Parts: sequence; structure tokens; C-alpha cells
Amino acid sequence: MTFEDAALFSNTWGLVFLVICFSVVVVYALWPSNRETFDRAARLPLDEDADDGE
Amino acid sequence: MSETKNLRLGEGLTAACLGLGLILMIVIAGKTHDGAMQFHAYLLAAAALVAIAAIVNRFLDRQETDAWRTGESGYNLGVVKLATVAAVFWGLVSFLAGLVIALQLAYPAIDLDLPWFSFGRLRPLHTSAAIFAFGGNTLLATSLYVVQRTSRARLAGDIAPWFVVWGYNLFIVLAATGYLLGVTQSKEYAEPEWYTDLWLTIVWVVYLLVYLATLMKRKEPHIYVANWFFLAFIVTIAMLHVVNNLAVPVSIYSTKSYIVWAGVQDAMTQWWYGHNAVGFFLTAGFLGIMYYFVPKRADRPVYSYRLSIIHFWSLVFLYIWAGPHHLFYTALPDWAQTLGMTFSVMLWMPSWGGMINGLMTLSGAWDKLRTDPVLRMLVVSVAFYGMSTFEGPLMSVKAVNSLSHYTDWTIGHTHSGALGWVAFVSFGAIYCLVPWLWQRKGLYSDKLVNWHFWISTLGIVLYITAMWVSGILQGLMWRAYDSLGFLEYSFVESVEAMHPFYVIRAFGGLLFVIGTLIMIYNLWRTVHSGEVMEKRAALLQQQPAE
Repeated sequence: MTFEDAALFSNTWGLVFLVICFSVVVVYALWPSNRETFDRAARLPLDEDADDGE
Repeated sequence: MSETKNLRLGEGLTAACLGLGLILMIVIAGKTHDGAMQFHAYLLAAAALVAIAAIVNRFLDRQETDAWRTGESGYNLGVVKLATVAAVFWGLVSFLAGLVIALQLAYPAIDLDLPWFSFGRLRPLHTSAAIFAFGGNTLLATSLYVVQRTSRARLAGDIAPWFVVWGYNLFIVLAATGYLLGVTQSKEYAEPEWYTDLWLTIVWVVYLLVYLATLMKRKEPHIYVANWFFLAFIVTIAMLHVVNNLAVPVSIYSTKSYIVWAGVQDAMTQWWYGHNAVGFFLTAGFLGIMYYFVPKRADRPVYSYRLSIIHFWSLVFLYIWAGPHHLFYTALPDWAQTLGMTFSVMLWMPSWGGMINGLMTLSGAWDKLRTDPVLRMLVVSVAFYGMSTFEGPLMSVKAVNSLSHYTDWTIGHTHSGALGWVAFVSFGAIYCLVPWLWQRKGLYSDKLVNWHFWISTLGIVLYITAMWVSGILQGLMWRAYDSLGFLEYSFVESVEAMHPFYVIRAFGGLLFVIGTLIMIYNLWRTVHSGEVMEKRAALLQQQPAE
């Protein structure tokens, strides 16, 4: 495998791979049924035990 | 319950490893002809002895015999306290070193003709103390605190968390004393030599394991977003550190090593490391702080948790490619330069997404900015993050970089990030942490926080505006030609023109040091004379047992 082959492979299939990965993340973040999990997760630091800091 | 106490396995193994290390260090100290190596070997031998003594003392002082078998109760806040104190101490060291070298640039006679006091040796001391000592200990303190609270689990490991914090600070001492003795591998932000790098690798792997093990025993099903940022920071720094420091030492008795890469490959590896140290140490790690401390302090959930997920992944996807923008117009292939520029410009999007997420967390609570100076510090840090992540992509455009590169504009840019973003978000987190950790009702004085905030902000503004003017002036002077095509100015003329800006910059730095001293006084009084909060002390003890 020459440098050109490696470069061609990474800048085509590498790009496709990363775009797919990123799309999965976006779909996961925006998936409607995940809303409840995320709303709860957002309150994690606030719903801790103690009334610290006050 | 038995009355005999046993040495724990971890204690025994650690002490045994330390004993072996001690012998190795004494052998190296005896055989080396390298003065700096001998000093470091003795230093490490002394550290091993102290650590063994500490383990023995710990064993002798132990009261409950079987408590640890049933799981020690409460969060491990001791290591967090240690890292917080270390962060404040190293912060002062790094700001003072920065002030000294700023004065040396304005008045070169201040190097006093002492080799160890010269700019070349103090400059890495300043940068490493700021990034790794102050920033690193802040990240240790906050990450080890946040992972416990948001997982509702005690930190994993018995000796391991203590090893991480003390071991990390030993790395700082090795690096800093090495710089003063002239030991350096001359890679920016990666100056420590091979043995210091190996030590950091061991410490870092233990840090990763402690963090992962704590996440694994969490009682909360979801891993809060701040932990993702902290984890990305730990994992990526491990990778960057190992690859950029693949060096072969001349011998185990020598401080000198040679890197396996050569020429432009070395340069590219170095800036892949260097820029991602900015991206994952100074950005991802401190964003972890933002995602916990801003909501906590504002008492509002994150503006958009979904945005935080997209923020995280897009930052991780894009940052890793931006390194080549440090090598424009060099021997680096043109396509790599263009790649670096493109990704740097794209980085503007996740950066501002994150900034908006941080700032909008205050929606409905903006009035708190008037009454809570700590929250104000946190919010201004996020604003500085937005500003310097706008400036960064701008400077990564090749045409702009041809003016800005090698000038003070770069120094101004790094300091708007380092002082405005990293230091301010750290100060905000430390102001939150100290009353929590020492169980105080609040800080000794909010008024002093206000003074710290305004004096330091003024210092930063003076610093960055002086560097903008001086940087652009430098860039323009270097590229000015006369009608015959000769350079209009000699280099030394541009140096002379910098003097007033260097004086203003040093004054800005002095203000920042004064602000830090005010903070130290305030924290000292908080710990020593603040009102104790009994209820919280009790709650902290119970929590993970639920």
C-alpha cells in the first residue's frame, strides 16, 4: 500500500465513517423518547442531597 | 469484629513498589555523572521514603478495624481538598513567574545574570505551572469531586486517589526543578524529559482507572455530561502525552533523550499534541467544570442537555484536526495546512454552542449576577471562552495568521483564554468548592470576591489590549518594505517599539497577582474562621450509603 492509497482510503472512507458516527450522535440527542432521560439528567447536579453552597 | 488490624493489600503493594523505586533511585544517583539527574534521583528517593512513612503512619493511626470491608462511608473529600490547596498554591507560583518574565521582557536586566533566573528557563516554568500545576490540580479537584457527587458513589480505590494527586504534584516538582536546572526536551508544553514523562504516564493511567472504576460503581444510571468532558480530557491527554513523548534516552543515567520523529513529522506531532492540549486539557476539562458549577451555582438546570451532547461530540470530532494551524507557511504539506485551517474555523460552531449553553443556563436567574460575585466570575469566564474561541478560528485563517504568527497577538490570545476562561472558571469553582469541602456556610467575604473579580478583569483587559496593539504593530513592522524592496525596519527596532506595551502587560499581570492574593486571603479566612455547617457535614457522611 502506497501513501496515495492510504491517503485516498482515509479521506474517503474515514470521512464517511466520521459523518455516520456524528449523525448517530445527533439522532440520539434529538430522539423524542430520550427527552425525559435528558430532562432528568439536566437536574442531576441540582437534585443532589444537601443544600450545599447556601 | 476482630481486634487485629491488617495492612491492606493496596498499602502493602504500594509500599513494596515504593521500596523498589527507592533502591533504583539510589543506584541511579550513585552511578550518574549528570548533576540534574542525581538531584532528581535523590528527590525521588526522598519522595519514596516520605510516601512509605505516610503509609506506615496511616496503618498505625487506623482506628476501625473492619470498616473498610463493609465499604467506607461518605465521599472521599480528602483528596479533593488536597488538590484544591495545591491548585491555589501553584496558581500563585505561576502568576508570579509570569509577572517576573513579563518584567524581564520589559526590562531585560532583571534576569540578574543568573542562568536559572533567565527568561528561557522561567518561561516553561510559568507555562507549565499555569497549565499543568494550577489548571491540572483544579481539574483533579473538580473532576474527583463531580464524579463522586453525580454518580452518588465514593471514589474508587483506597491508596490510588492519593497516589494520583501526590504523584501528579511530584511530576510538577520534577518538571519545574528540571526547567530551572536546564533539563528540557524543547517541545512547547511538553518540556519535561523522558523520566518525568514516564512518571506522569503512570500517574495518569491510575487517574483514568480511578475515574472509570468510580463511574462503574455509580448509583445513578445516567452519566452526567460533565463527566463525559472530564473523561474525554483524561483519555485524550493520555494518548497525546504518550505519542508526543516517544523518546529514547541516551542512558538511564542521563536526563537527555532523543525523540523518535524527525523534522516536519516531529513538528506535526508536537502541534497535534500542543493544540489538543489546548483542546482537551484547557477546553474539555474546564467545560466539565462549567457544566457542573454553573448550573449548581445558578440553581438552574443546564439550558439544553441535548445541546450539551452535540456540543461534546462535535468538539471531540473537530478539535483533534486543528493542530496544523500552528505550522502555516512551513515545510508541512499544503493539504495538511488547509485541513488545519478548515477544522479550526469549523470549531467556532461547537465552541459557541457550548458558550450559549453555559450562558443561557442563567435564563430566569440573571438577577443573581448582581448579588453573587462567584456566579459573575463563572459567567464572565464563559464570555471570555466565547471571545477567545472566536479569536482562535480567526487567527487560524492563513491570511490572518501571516500577520499574527510569531507576534504578541498569539500571546494575547492565549492569555484571554488562560486568564479569562481557564483561570476565572477555576476561581469560580474553587470559591464554590472551599465552603463545600470545609463545610462552611459560605465564603468569608463576598465583597473580597468582588474586588478579586474587578481587579483581575482590569488586569486581563490591560494584558490583552496591550498584546493586540503590540502584536499587530510587530506584524506590520516585519512586513513593511520601502520603495526599493528592502525591509523598512530591523528586527531590533520592532523590539524597541514593544517596550511600552510590555510595561502595560506587566502591570496587567501585577493586577492579576493582586487579585489572586485577595482570593487566597479570603479562602484562608473561610477555612479558619468561617461558620461551620453541621447539617451538611452529617449529610455528606451518609449519602452514598443510601
